[in-house]
Amino acid sequence: MSEYTKKLDATGLNCPLPILRSKKALNTLSSGDVLYVISTDSGSVRDFDAFCKQTGNQLLESTETESKYHYYIRKA
Amino acid sequence: MSEKKLALIATKGSLDWAYPPFILASTAAALGYETQIFFTFYGLQLLKKKLDLSVTPLGNPGMPMPMAMDKWFPVIGTAIPGMQSMMTAMMKSKMKSKGIASVEDLRQMCLEADVKLIACQMTVDLFDLDSSDFIDGIDYAGAATFFEFAGESDINLFV
Repeated sequence: MSEYTKKLDATGLNCPLPILRSKKALNTLSSGDVLYVISTDSGSVRDFDAFCKQTGNQLLESTETESKYHYYIRKA
Repeated sequence: MSEKKLALIATKGSLDWAYPPFILASTAAALGYETQIFFTFYGLQLLKKKLDLSVTPLGNPGMPMPMAMDKWFPVIGTAIPGMQSMMTAMMKSKMKSKGIASVEDLRQMCLEADVKLIACQMTVDLFDLDSSDFIDGIDYAGAATFFEFAGESDINLFV
């Protein structure tokens, strides 16, 4: 388990809400801070990868445990 | 990295077709795109203060019906009174149970993300609508204005 600055529980939310909520949460953080997102949307695995590639934020970790998806994003 | 641009045209005013423009625009904004949606004809319904959007199985053979109703109902069954409001209610409750955002929420997220919403003035006049029918914070313009932005956009979509 990595360390994080802020946690965002996006469980139960479907596309594109996990991404939109994450973007909002990242806006409140400073460069270098880490956002931890939990999602139950199976489509979010590829979406978070694509989101980070396009926004320059760094996807530190993307894992799945018991139908939950965990993302650690370091703000650019 | 210069900002990318997305230009959308929204022409449909049903509950199901309200989603693509607002989902794409809000997501594009989150990805850093400067985004505009130009609402024309029935798409203007999506800018109304009070959204009253429906979904209909009428003339839509691709719409999955609950309880295999499409198998047992003749096509004309999709036109019976009450069918549209029933299907709309079922669609809304299904969306809610699957954690899908409401159209109102997505629209609000577009506004918060500075997506520019433009109502086509010609069709506003055509349908005898005026700015009091619509939410605040939108622009009114014509085709030439759309091209001013669309002409320098990376992606242009007609929905």
